[in-house]
Amino acid sequence: MIENKMSPLSLGIDVGSTTVKVVLLEGDKILYREYQRHMSQVRQKTLELLHQAASFIGDRPFAVALSGSAGLGLSESIHMPFVQEVFATGEVVRRLEPDTSAVIELGGEDAKIIFFDGGVDERMNGSCAGGTGAFIDQMATLLDVTVDEMDQMALRHKRLYPIASRCGVFAKTDIQPLLNQGANKEDVAASIYQAVVNQTIAGLAQGRKIAGKVLFLGGPLYYCKGLRQRFQETLKLTDEQAVFPEYGRFAVALGAAVYAARTGHTTTVKELDAAIRDSLSRRTAANRLPPLFASEEEYREFRTRHAGADVPSRDIAAYSGDAWLGIDCGSTTTKLALLSADKEILYTYYDSNRGNPVELVRDQLTRIYEKCGGRITIRGSAVTGYGEELIQNAFGVDKGVVETIAHYTAAKHFCPQVDFILDIGGQDIKCFKIKDGAIDSIMLNEACSSGCGSFIETFAKSMGYDIATFAEKGLHATAPVNLGSRCTVFMNSSVKQSQKDGATVEDISAGLSVSVVKNAIYKVIRAGSADELGEHVVVQGGTFYNDAVLRAFERELGKNVIRPAIAGLMGAYGAALYAMDLKESTIITEEGLKTFVHTAKAAVCQGCANHCRLTVNTFGDGKKFISGNQCQKGLGLKVVEELPNLYAFKRDAILALEPGDGTRGTIGLPLALGMYELLPLWHAFFKALGFKVEISGLSTRRTYEKGQFSIPSDTACYPAKIMHGHMEELLERGVDAIFYPCLTYNVDEHESDNHYNCPVVAYYSELLKGNMDDLSKTNFLYPFLNINNRSELTKELTACLSPVFPGINRREVRKAVDAGFRAYEAHMADVRREGERAVKWARDHGRRIMILAGRPYHVDPEIGHGIDKLAASLGFVVVSEDSVCHMAEPVSVHVLNQWTYHARLYRAARYACEHKDTQLVQLVSFGCGVDAITTDEVRSILERGNKLYTQIKIDEITNLGAVRIRLRSLLGALEEKEQEVRDSEETEA
Amino acid sequence: MKKQKPDYVVFTEEMKKTHTILVPNMLPMHFKIIARVLEKEGYSVELLETYGPHIAETGLKYVHNDTCYPAILVIGQFLDALQSGKYDPDKVALVLFQTGGGCRASNYIHLLRKALQKADMGHVPVISLSLTGLEHHPGFKLSVPLVKKMMYGVLYGDLLMSLVNQTKPYEEEKGAAQALADRWTIRLAEEMGQGKHNYKMVRANYQRILDDFAALPRRPRGDKVLVGVVGEIYVKYSPLGNNNLEQFLVDENAEVVIPGLLDFCLYCVYNNLLDYKLYGMQKTTKFLYKIAYNYLLDKEEDMIRIMKADGRFMPPTLFTHTIDLVQGYIGMGVKMGEGWLLTAEMLELADKGVENIVCTQPFGCLPNHICGKGMMKPIKARNPNINIVAIDYDAGATRVNQENRIKLMLANARERAQEKEEKVPVEV
Repeated sequence: MIENKMSPLSLGIDVGSTTVKVVLLEGDKILYREYQRHMSQVRQKTLELLHQAASFIGDRPFAVALSGSAGLGLSESIHMPFVQEVFATGEVVRRLEPDTSAVIELGGEDAKIIFFDGGVDERMNGSCAGGTGAFIDQMATLLDVTVDEMDQMALRHKRLYPIASRCGVFAKTDIQPLLNQGANKEDVAASIYQAVVNQTIAGLAQGRKIAGKVLFLGGPLYYCKGLRQRFQETLKLTDEQAVFPEYGRFAVALGAAVYAARTGHTTTVKELDAAIRDSLSRRTAANRLPPLFASEEEYREFRTRHAGADVPSRDIAAYSGDAWLGIDCGSTTTKLALLSADKEILYTYYDSNRGNPVELVRDQLTRIYEKCGGRITIRGSAVTGYGEELIQNAFGVDKGVVETIAHYTAAKHFCPQVDFILDIGGQDIKCFKIKDGAIDSIMLNEACSSGCGSFIETFAKSMGYDIATFAEKGLHATAPVNLGSRCTVFMNSSVKQSQKDGATVEDISAGLSVSVVKNAIYKVIRAGSADELGEHVVVQGGTFYNDAVLRAFERELGKNVIRPAIAGLMGAYGAALYAMDLKESTIITEEGLKTFVHTAKAAVCQGCANHCRLTVNTFGDGKKFISGNQCQKGLGLKVVEELPNLYAFKRDAILALEPGDGTRGTIGLPLALGMYELLPLWHAFFKALGFKVEISGLSTRRTYEKGQFSIPSDTACYPAKIMHGHMEELLERGVDAIFYPCLTYNVDEHESDNHYNCPVVAYYSELLKGNMDDLSKTNFLYPFLNINNRSELTKELTACLSPVFPGINRREVRKAVDAGFRAYEAHMADVRREGERAVKWARDHGRRIMILAGRPYHVDPEIGHGIDKLAASLGFVVVSEDSVCHMAEPVSVHVLNQWTYHARLYRAARYACEHKDTQLVQLVSFGCGVDAITTDEVRSILERGNKLYTQIKIDEITNLGAVRIRLRSLLGALEEKEQEVRDSEETEA
Repeated sequence: MKKQKPDYVVFTEEMKKTHTILVPNMLPMHFKIIARVLEKEGYSVELLETYGPHIAETGLKYVHNDTCYPAILVIGQFLDALQSGKYDPDKVALVLFQTGGGCRASNYIHLLRKALQKADMGHVPVISLSLTGLEHHPGFKLSVPLVKKMMYGVLYGDLLMSLVNQTKPYEEEKGAAQALADRWTIRLAEEMGQGKHNYKMVRANYQRILDDFAALPRRPRGDKVLVGVVGEIYVKYSPLGNNNLEQFLVDENAEVVIPGLLDFCLYCVYNNLLDYKLYGMQKTTKFLYKIAYNYLLDKEEDMIRIMKADGRFMPPTLFTHTIDLVQGYIGMGVKMGEGWLLTAEMLELADKGVENIVCTQPFGCLPNHICGKGMMKPIKARNPNINIVAIDYDAGATRVNQENRIKLMLANARERAQEKEEKVPVEV
């Protein structure tokens, strides 16, 4: 005992975003350690663990240090030493495992890598990254299993689906449709882990190879065996190299304890206890909002007013006769509504679809048949939502209806004069403006604005509440926290910050509601004032059951709105209304249900080089439903007709370029970013000089994966990131030189104020040179060129090429430049001619035209995700922005029109406005800063021309489910509008 | 495209008498001097010094949320001021500095006008302040003497900023350095307002300022580490943009080193010379840029000479040396946003022994993908002792996450400092 007392005590407290870890050391010996979730009660939990440790400490003095993201604030308010967590980890590893090459540590919300070999380098994830513990928790909730169950499932997987790894929100939009389409949960679980792995590697390693002895630390890597497996396999580590130490969860706390011992500063349990208690009593009032209700009266008035918005219902047991069924199979919940002939509600259902909507709908149909008891006949049925096609195929539902139309039908029934509908569901925010009885504009949220219902719900769960209680608490918050309106990943850290400031659960709940509302108003609707929304606003969707959200919305808008009592059922209600013109239903019979079987199997389509990953659903009667396809080919359907498609035309033009048999050497051209535009020029140029020209080719997912290890900035756009893969591809082919010039200025088409390239297109070569070591093995040529002055260009190219390929002289370069421009101009003329032809063909055949407006590189099948094919399968003749912009005059815009590519967008928008049969859909790559400017401008051009604006934001992976909904919404709105016109013409006649 | 009638609200000569011009606050000291210089020219000027989360929130209401953070803040600050009721919306004008170029920052002025429209204040004139004359405002003309004075304001501002940074961590009396700088900003503006203010006077003032700062009582040096700050110009300098980074670093026991605004001015001018060199553009205007370049370079050289002779403070790095340092890292043609200068400034800092660096950028900043984050690998490879952390600033990013990452950089900085100290006796 006496000797023990000689070794000093030190306590390390690691307070992370979700857990508290404590380690008590006596010298080098661990006396006590504990790991617990703090449910956002940071200070209370720390205190609790301190008390547990106290029995080992007694009244001896000890050193203490805090660490972790939430420990930072705590250490400041209790005036105790703090050590940064990555630094603390480094300490421990150097001490315990000095032969370690790299450490990967995943925490609740942070991911870190430390490299020890060749210069210590410590890295943490940037702000746009969510693939961590909190993300795994969220995903488990989505699969409706515990984290442990998910882990078990992942170990049994058979295949992996690609899931976006940029951030949690993106991943979620990939996973949800997979589930709804019937993908195997085991495979999805493993794919989620794979996404975490990819994100860690791509986002943090940034070009440094992870090899040698790798130590895996942190809670998630301690608990999730499936995640360990994915890491080990992906990094190709042997069992000896991949080390998952027993103390993995405590590494930071251990490091903090070691650090504490060195500070020379000691405290006692009593003192520390008092300091934490004292900090508990202090609250900072910084950055708070006024309460949702100023008085109890206001609250009562609010309750009474909204109680009035009800729909008539009827006891199903007392009803006999005809009925119509509506099903809304949403992203996270499934809703059903059965209506009587008088549109009264007979039966409703609303619940989370727990990752298996088919099973759920089957149960419900069985119940409904039971309740109908032969007295009630279902005359018609309709289904809407993400799972529309699956459910329709599974149960023989009569009609599929696009969500927007279903919701509008319901809202119109409710409030015939409705001007504006806002629907906040589990995952989507949908807004429609109604003008003259038709949908005038549709706004849907994008990944970065997806702070929706499921977000609040997951948060409530993580804090240990069910959503109803959590919402109720929010209503009575005295000082809601101000959490901003960015993406959910950011909101998590904002909540973290507010907890540090001592915010209560009530304040956080109310704050989250305000955030969701602000997100909808300022990011999705982009409204400057309440007046823009019109007089009659109907709000719906499950999220509006939350009174705090409803109240926050009215507050932010400064006006009262209508929330139907069946807010969450409006899709199903609308679908049922939509089905009411049917007389006889094809829906599965009661007998059929009894023998209904459903199996889902994964497959890879061999129809083309795209190799879509399909999910094949088979139902009892041998009926099949296949999803995951980008085109109709894999479905075994015969393509009825091939519509003109400029995207396909441009791709074919690229593929038609032959390498030639030049003898001067081989030049590699990476087919990405600006090369998509200027390929004909450079191809002809180098051929004329006698080179063989290797083009890296169209991208696939594999292309991206090949290059993902050297990407230094994870927030850059996908078209840029995929460039790394193209370089690898060319390096593999062993070309003599790779050419991708730096072009500050693009081709001057004399239509805009200036003709810049965006910074990424212009200078990406500089980044490649700096981050891809292997480029030094070849001649990477990236001269700065003036492409608008041929003699200058000749001078610059000669200077660039002649040192590498001796003998090249200015005269032949000049000739080649001329040849290049001839090819480029011919190509552009071809594109324009084809555009004219496609438009004419569409008009001759009475087809709708879609200008799929993006950038030249969006024709790439991997970057554009085959959206052109999807549009074609919906019956659109697809043209590109550069194929039609010459048919409209330049537009004077309210922004600085200084980029060549973007000037085309504005003109294309004008063309759409001038032609009744033409729609414009804008493709936007995530992370494209320039498009923050163009989207608003294109939208305003279209809206001035009474056109619908549709935007599709794409990234690494975009599950086409969400895109399909957008395009179908557009189609639905167009048809509705045309119907309206026909109706009014008939009435006049 | 042909020049059309201006489609913006023009700041007329009338307005010079009736309107108050609001100036956004990017560099507190520089802009204070420049604002006062303008006042002496007969303008009514007010520098916006508002602070707080409501500014970003106002910005988010009126600007597309994916736009860069500086735009959200600058526009938010203007609209917040206009809606505060403090100013008569019919008697107020706004001013924005513009450099032009392929970065989306060139669009700030247009986004500001769009935001004004959205807020029903489309009639408020916005003056574009640029030396390349992107727009024409009869009521706001830059005469040569005025431009010169503004230039002096930049020089004075750079000197004061540098001296405050070099004194603040060691001052005996808290706030003394800033107070001294504040007194000097007022005095300098007064002097320049009194008519003739020639360059000889500027140089004399340099010495007086140096003497004043050197005379402030200082504590002994302690274990301060040097931390450089580089990045996108607004978030690098503006406390509103970077959550008061400078103060945070000082509180963390660091001495801050921030390259001055003059470097950025030189960079803008130099890029036009490069346009000629690289692309054969600017043939006719080249000589003007050459004159401007030499003029500015002379001024920088003077300041360095005086500071070196004085010997008590660390002088700035000469621009030509900065150019030399960046060779072999990034092409000089990278000229959007901060372009090659950003890479160069990291190297410039390392070159003078400031190896700990915070690289600041707005979330999703396009040029910084290339010249900030994209250059870290080669910089680290060739300068193994460098310790850089990249921090994103954004309306949604939280301070706690930013500070945690900066703390990691600081912890490493201290450890390295200690290692160095331990090594010294061995070598002796």
